[in-house]
Amino acid sequence: MIRHMTRFSVALVVAAVVSTAAWAEEIRIGIYSEPSSMDPHFHNLGPNNAFMAQVFGRLVEMDHKQKLQPGLAVSWKTVNDTTWEFKLRKGVKFSDGSDFTADDVLFSFDRASNYVGGNSSFRTYLKGKTFKKIDDHTIHISTESPYPLMPVDMAQPHIISDSATGTGKADVNKGLATKDFNQGTAMIGTGPYKFVEWKKGDRIVLVPNPTYFGTKAKWSKVTIKPIPSAPARVAALLAGDVDMIDNVPTTDVERLKKNKNVVLSSGISNRVIYLHMDQYRDGSPFVTDRDGKPMAKNPLKDVRVRKAISKMINRDAIVARVMEGLAIPAGQLLPEGFFGVSPNLKPEKFDPEGAKKLLAEAGYPNGFGLTIHGPNNRYINDAKIAEVIAQMLTRGGIPTKVVTMPKSVYFKRASKGGKDGQPEFSFILVGWGSGTGEASSALKSLLTTHDKSKGFGASNRGRFSQEGVDKLVIEALATVDDPKRQGLLAKATELAIGTHQGIIPLHYQVNTWATRPGLKYRARTDERTIAMDVLKDN
Amino acid sequence: MSVYIIRRLLQAIVVVVAMSIIVFSGVYLIGDPVDILISDDADQEDRQKLIESLGLDKPFHIQYLTFVARALEGDLGDSFIFNEPALLLILDRMPATLELAVASLLMAIVFGIPLGMWAGLKPDSFFSKSIMAGSILGFSLPTFWVGIMFIMIFAVIMGWLPSGGRGDTTEFLGMEVSFLTWDGLSHLFLPALNLALLKISLAIRLTRAGTREVIHQDYIKFARAKGVSTRRVILVHVLKNILIPVITVMGLEFGSLIAFSVVTETVFSWPGMGKLIIDSINLLDRPVIVAYLMIIVFMFIIINLVVDLMYSVLDPRVRLQDVKS
Repeated sequence: MIRHMTRFSVALVVAAVVSTAAWAEEIRIGIYSEPSSMDPHFHNLGPNNAFMAQVFGRLVEMDHKQKLQPGLAVSWKTVNDTTWEFKLRKGVKFSDGSDFTADDVLFSFDRASNYVGGNSSFRTYLKGKTFKKIDDHTIHISTESPYPLMPVDMAQPHIISDSATGTGKADVNKGLATKDFNQGTAMIGTGPYKFVEWKKGDRIVLVPNPTYFGTKAKWSKVTIKPIPSAPARVAALLAGDVDMIDNVPTTDVERLKKNKNVVLSSGISNRVIYLHMDQYRDGSPFVTDRDGKPMAKNPLKDVRVRKAISKMINRDAIVARVMEGLAIPAGQLLPEGFFGVSPNLKPEKFDPEGAKKLLAEAGYPNGFGLTIHGPNNRYINDAKIAEVIAQMLTRGGIPTKVVTMPKSVYFKRASKGGKDGQPEFSFILVGWGSGTGEASSALKSLLTTHDKSKGFGASNRGRFSQEGVDKLVIEALATVDDPKRQGLLAKATELAIGTHQGIIPLHYQVNTWATRPGLKYRARTDERTIAMDVLKDN
Repeated sequence: MSVYIIRRLLQAIVVVVAMSIIVFSGVYLIGDPVDILISDDADQEDRQKLIESLGLDKPFHIQYLTFVARALEGDLGDSFIFNEPALLLILDRMPATLELAVASLLMAIVFGIPLGMWAGLKPDSFFSKSIMAGSILGFSLPTFWVGIMFIMIFAVIMGWLPSGGRGDTTEFLGMEVSFLTWDGLSHLFLPALNLALLKISLAIRLTRAGTREVIHQDYIKFARAKGVSTRRVILVHVLKNILIPVITVMGLEFGSLIAFSVVTETVFSWPGMGKLIIDSINLLDRPVIVAYLMIIVFMFIIINLVVDLMYSVLDPRVRLQDVKS
């Protein structure tokens, strides 16, 4: 009996030790795409920004639903029409122990906006702004005209320490070369985790940052392993080599759901998949009559034809069959709950009769011929979606051919592959992720008149152009009052998509993460995979 | 002999230059990576800036000449994607790939040649027939599928070996290697075997064919008649004579093991060069693509040279002459 008792108490002690150890657990994450660099200002790219969020802080942070939260700035407000004031958090220390002040912010912004030698697209969020230090913990940012998107823009560039030293030339990128970040000497941030090492193609290792100002990181060590091949990623999870993976392939979801050793977490993303149509030129290169001969007039310029195409598409079928349920039919640029979304726009119903009627009304009772172009390695199941759309249109009376190609070739041709740098195609499948978490960036890039000098319509590959939409967007971009701007953006969306069908939204992607039992992932709309959102399931 | 080597190296340079022009113009024709690199939020001005900063707005010949001028100084350009010198990126990944390739080649030799000789010496035995049947499988099963099956069986179901990655590495002759630690070895085994399967089959078939041919030659019969032991006949007289084709093919295959182990590296997340080149092609990272292919071309030429030198050691009839024709 005594012997039994001892054995029992030993078991108790062991259990206690194991459970405390569980609080200081390591986590290994298998990710689809590896960051291209550790330099936070080199490349404004999804995988990079996701990774950086764990090590570096920003003035404003976005939560898992892309709602703005205080970051290194505790509050922000406008002091006059063209100036914003950001109050910085006091008592914050970088991972090397140095204090965080307004100087670090100015240093970081200066480096990011004048970055030499990289894909320096953080300039997008910093240009046209003047930064002024008022005191150590106050910054004024002024623009020429009222600028409501300031907090959103400030949620993008990462803040580095001005005491970091590097091996680069002193006058280039503040003397901090990409190499200094990749090797870790300049990886000094205010984020919840601290950088340990990066072995390219193999792993990135993080440990908790002891100086982090927020709730301390819960994982004692984070190992991020890039596993780009989908079956290998799933296998790594099943074999227990990693605790979590992202980008679960849709074809495996059904099978994994039945597996007791796997927990799936999924959530809607900010990425809409849509169709863009050439709406500005007659004799559009890939629009033909039924016999394949070029047409003098471009039927896609007629809104009735665009609406008919939208009605021919059975979005529910695409979601159920092609996407295995991992998508949500879309009626506008962003799903419900985002800023600037219209409550009145619903996904178009599948209505072949209505489509036929509209086509006849527009003067094409016998339809015409079309070619859909799409990428085959960019979005979830992109090539399959293009094929299904072509079948649906063909059944609806518009015989459609399908051409898909790798993204490295596709996007350039879609944007400027035609004569004189015009878009090459007539009818394309594309996607748009709103990194800023509100509708204005999508509206501005996709649905305003293409104008190089103003920076409008940069990705308007169909060259949709409506004066009313332009006006509303311009007004919204200068309206600081949030409810009012929300209304303007919703109205612009209703006009551009509801009335004029400038694009045809198909669905919002749903992203899926898979973890071992006992964990779950707080799905993020910005598709990021970060250690802070891996939660214990209890 | 030294004239021969110098001549071969000069040829190498010509081939490397030709390669650089072909690859450079090929990638130029496909287009620029700006549309994939830039964030969705960027406007036209930002896009133009990026094009200019990468030097992609200049005409083809200017871009090429700039590249050549820098290459002559030993700088093959900075990767568009990683912002680091392309050459360093590749050299950084090379040890991983070399290790994998050497391990596979060793497997091919250690398993392939004895099995092939066995099959050649006793062609009618059941075991020999199974070896030959197995080698057909080795040839015909796609690497990708076999890799996934290995992972499923040995990592997921049995749980004996890790499913991918490189594991612990240690420093050896200035390179990071896996084979010195148990953890590293366990990570190395499956990808190396996966890569080696085809080569083992190849070695088996070549060795068997050679053995079948040599075994009936007069000098073998004479050696036997002289009373030389079977062991010596096989290990010296047969083995030496069948090695020439095996070495040629294995040499060239070693080159392709290094250059094109892309599939295995992807399936097993092995951080080697193959992984790098595939990513670079997908993102049109021209400096890396060009540098990579130039290195590979150079490597193939060196391997060929080494193979030729080995011939002359193995077969006294082969003389390395400066053939003027």
